[in-house]
Amino acid sequence: MDNRAIFSGKLLPYLLLLPQLVVSIVFFYWPALQALWQSFLLQDAFGLSTEFVWFENYVELFKRPDYYYAIGVTIVFSVLVAFLSLALGLMFASMADRHIRGTQVYRTLLIWPYAVAPAVASVLFIFIFQPGLGLFARMLQASGVDWNPLLNGTEAMILVVVAATWKQISYNFLFFLAGLQAIPKSVIEAAAIDGARPLRRFWTIVFPLLSPTTFFLVIVNLTYVFFDSFGIIDTATGGGPNKATTTLVYKVVQDGRFGADLGGSAAQSVILMIIVIALTAIQFRYVERKVHY
Amino acid sequence: MVEHRRFGNLLPHLVLLVGVLIVAFPVYMAIIASTHDQAVIANGQMPLTPGSQAYENYYRTIVAGTTKTTRAPVGGMLLNSLIMALGIAAGKIAISIISAFAIVFFAFPFRMAAFWTIFITLMLPIEVRIYPTYKIVSDLNMLDSYAGLILPLIASATATLLFRQFFMTIPKELVEASKIDGAGPLRFFKDTLLPLSVTNIAALFVILFIFGWNQYLWPLLITTRDDMQTIVIGIKKIIDVHDALTEWQIAMATAVLAMLPPVAIVVFMQRLFVKGLIETEK
Repeated sequence: MDNRAIFSGKLLPYLLLLPQLVVSIVFFYWPALQALWQSFLLQDAFGLSTEFVWFENYVELFKRPDYYYAIGVTIVFSVLVAFLSLALGLMFASMADRHIRGTQVYRTLLIWPYAVAPAVASVLFIFIFQPGLGLFARMLQASGVDWNPLLNGTEAMILVVVAATWKQISYNFLFFLAGLQAIPKSVIEAAAIDGARPLRRFWTIVFPLLSPTTFFLVIVNLTYVFFDSFGIIDTATGGGPNKATTTLVYKVVQDGRFGADLGGSAAQSVILMIIVIALTAIQFRYVERKVHY
Repeated sequence: MVEHRRFGNLLPHLVLLVGVLIVAFPVYMAIIASTHDQAVIANGQMPLTPGSQAYENYYRTIVAGTTKTTRAPVGGMLLNSLIMALGIAAGKIAISIISAFAIVFFAFPFRMAAFWTIFITLMLPIEVRIYPTYKIVSDLNMLDSYAGLILPLIASATATLLFRQFFMTIPKELVEASKIDGAGPLRFFKDTLLPLSVTNIAALFVILFIFGWNQYLWPLLITTRDDMQTIVIGIKKIIDVHDALTEWQIAMATAVLAMLPPVAIVVFMQRLFVKGLIETEK
């Protein structure tokens, strides 16, 4: 970056940077700092007085069983969605990577859900799984399952996991396909000559060589499940029933909107911030260096 | 693959067809539902083939609005979504390309500080600073406005990083040649840098348009007036009727309309889309 600085100008570079910096400071840094500051404050029930309480809001937060419950929900939801969408994405990508006709057509037909908004994807599945009228719901009910995601927490979780996974497959497919196509064919041919069958070649050669892509995708998927899934949960279940689908992000938004607990909500925001910073740091530190055998 | 087997290619085709089916099925159901009338859907007897109500349903969705919820028609929401998506995409590209230009081609104090200031916004997604940001936008009188929908979302670390990456591959000789021709920095930007960046701008535009179109939490929070709603928000309100039967045919028509623009972009500009996606995530 250093030997490139070629133009001289005293004011011009600052003017060029000004719009981006103003937007960043006004809408990113200032609110983030405020969240941090509020997380150390305690307001009384009427909002009349405010007191600086150091880490009390955090301590309170970690005493609440519903916070641990939300952590649990987040872990179950993220792990399921990340695992399912990665596994399916990898399966479709490795099939499309074979020398078969129509790879291009399959690719087109598999990637477009990326463009569907999470909330819209959610509505598609709400319809299919709507008790009494949706096709899948009727099939489940006909086979004796008492399907009602509005009342049953596990079923609500299944609904949001299915919608989130559906939306994420295309992304993982695309990146896995790119990763697979970058693996030199000679390596695979060599293994074939040694007598390794396709499945064995996949697990002993292709999958290890794919690990940088996989690692990158795990991080990106976790970030996706954490944040973009808000729209899915909000439209499908509203965090319910009985908080069975209230993830950490959903809880922050919900607590801040209805509860007067400004400090507690801010403390939750700060914890989320720390999680994002960690995920981003991992992504940049390790993905840049490439995980490799 | 490597060996030749007569039925060896059957499996990939089979698996991929199943994949295509999984991906397409929910959307197919939405399209079918948008062509039937409410009663057929409500009693659970909707056939798997198109019905005859397509024109009425789409007309009502786009022009008239739902009856039960007195929501604004979707036509206006589509326009709002379009303005928001275009505004976010154009805004992000505009401010990022000039920031990257400043960072790569100028030497000035605090250059690295500026770079890091932009970079760190990557770690502050809207969800973690939602209420303070809401308060600022409200203090600036931007609730229920296009400025409020667009401005807070246009800072872009990703776009800046992408342009920076690309600018650094531009040979030094090009800059020197341009200088010998007597061009100042702005001339160089306009006559050399912009034309070279066209593909990158287009690829980024495709990704950012989709990003903008699909925004959910932010528009949900700052728009209260029905005529300022975007279509992705509108669809939630259509299915969220507590005292009445959901008008599924309208909800599904809305879903189809909400998907159409971004999906069309991915399908028809696939090359740019793939390039944009892979480069912004690198």
